[in-house]
Amino acid sequence: MQTTTESTAVAPQTQRSLSRQVWRTLGRFISQNPLGAAGALVLLILVLMAIAAPLVSPWPEHKGDFTHMSGEPNADHYFGTDQQGRDVLSRVIFGTRTTLTVAFAALLFGTTMGSLIGIVSAYAGGKVDLILQRFLEILQAFPDVILALLLLSALDPSLWTVILAISVTRIPFGGRVIRSVALQIREMEYVTSARAIGAKDLRIMFRHVAPQCVAPYLILATAHLGVAILIESSLGFLGAGVPPPTATWGNMLAFANFSSFKPMWWMAFYPGLAITITVLAFNLFGDSLRDVLDPRLRNR
Amino acid sequence: MVIFVVLRIIPGDILIAFYGTNEVSRITPQQRAELMEALGLDKPLYIQYLSWLKDLATLELGKSFFRTDTVADILKRRAPLSLELAIGSTLLSWIIGFPVGLIGALKRNSIADYVTRVGTILFLAIPGFWLGLLLVIFLAVQFQYASPIATAQIWEDPKANLQIVWAPILMMGIGGATYIARMTRSSLLEVIGQDYIRTARAKGLMERVTMMRHAVKNAILPVLTISGIILGFLLGGSVAMEKVFNVRGLGEILIRAIAERDVVMIQNLVLMYGIIFTLTNLVVDVMYGWLDPRIRYS
Repeated sequence: MQTTTESTAVAPQTQRSLSRQVWRTLGRFISQNPLGAAGALVLLILVLMAIAAPLVSPWPEHKGDFTHMSGEPNADHYFGTDQQGRDVLSRVIFGTRTTLTVAFAALLFGTTMGSLIGIVSAYAGGKVDLILQRFLEILQAFPDVILALLLLSALDPSLWTVILAISVTRIPFGGRVIRSVALQIREMEYVTSARAIGAKDLRIMFRHVAPQCVAPYLILATAHLGVAILIESSLGFLGAGVPPPTATWGNMLAFANFSSFKPMWWMAFYPGLAITITVLAFNLFGDSLRDVLDPRLRNR
Repeated sequence: MVIFVVLRIIPGDILIAFYGTNEVSRITPQQRAELMEALGLDKPLYIQYLSWLKDLATLELGKSFFRTDTVADILKRRAPLSLELAIGSTLLSWIIGFPVGLIGALKRNSIADYVTRVGTILFLAIPGFWLGLLLVIFLAVQFQYASPIATAQIWEDPKANLQIVWAPILMMGIGGATYIARMTRSSLLEVIGQDYIRTARAKGLMERVTMMRHAVKNAILPVLTISGIILGFLLGGSVAMEKVFNVRGLGEILIRAIAERDVVMIQNLVLMYGIIFTLTNLVVDVMYGWLDPRIRYS
């Protein structure tokens, strides 16, 4: 991640020392946070898997194998097949796409929106602050899943509305945390001096206050990726997520729930396992990222 | 609560959900107007909003679009079950989570601590309804278990009621316990690092007394605060859990109402969740002030 962003457009000489520095930082991260590094590795694999899903998966996403419907795991279908003969392994792999897209996009939208609200709210203070905080409180008055369900009941479920619904549930967290950070920064002397030389409010907010909020922003975003995935999968399970036939881990679990007359454990087990592994990886990675970016919070 | 109404306005054509897309195209404008009038949807939005507020104030809550019973009736029948799940699992998560967290903090870096920490990290990542689903399937395979079809309230038939609620409460309790355990551990560790604990030890108090009287008492507060969050998490989780275990609570009807676009139903149900959630947070806040005299509400 770091290598690609930092090594572009730098003279060859400095590029080498820079890349060495990047590698050293990376090495230190791995040696100090083995669990976080493992999480990051799993995430990298998941992302690659999502991108290369058609190449990696042994069977197509939608096409059923009608000779082998509701089949137990065997040599052809490692994870078994569902009621329509679709390969569970392949659908789990394809489901990675939906899950990761939703999680990243929702966090990007939600946390960014929340952070902007937080910065404006802290910087403006007074009535603006009061109104924005009440708005966030209203959002927080409902359990996440219920709020997302409410939004999805109003909008037709699709990939984008699911992203929207989940990102709305993330707004209050961004708003709260970033506001408290921005409140501290607002009082700092360099902000006063920026104002003294006549910088406009908008400029102070985005050139002076916002950059200081980047670390907490990143911490918050990664910490909530796991939650976003859990919300996405329960929405899918409740039939309000990205609609079938698109494979999502949530709606695969819903399919498994249908079959209570003739229970098929493989249909329930593997998608859930995929959720667990992904959320675990995100949490571990998020925790160590927090340790690195904000050592004060260590061990909490 | 105004936001509610804003959200309530968006839903697509309810008549489509009523009759299906093909049928809708055959409805004449006049029939359409009559139907809308019967449902009270012909009036301007602000009147709809006002009449909803009136319904709320008189506790009548309007009629479901699809069922003949009023929303209030449905709530009366279903809310107790969902509340039972939420309260039961919150209690259970305290019963499991608090001791686990205590052990983790008191015997820091021991094997028990290590095991519980790995356990909490793992369970934080496991979706509760998945665990529930696996349990249902396991019970079905092993014992030909089928989730009960009939409902029973706890005051009518405690035994039948328990048969319905034990599994979801257990599953959600485990989920909530991880949060409690995590919070208990970190909060107790923080308290143990405080000066007054060193003072208590220095004056020769027994370790047990120091811990119970000085440390644990002070560590409870943050854990209590997080209970509000957990309840929200459990309320949200109970929707999926009710579906897994076929409990006829609020969540189950909410899902049905959303599928049917039963707007009156949805808005009242979501409001119900909001009220329960807000009320419990209020209770937690009040308890907080009561337990910690330093906190005063002006």
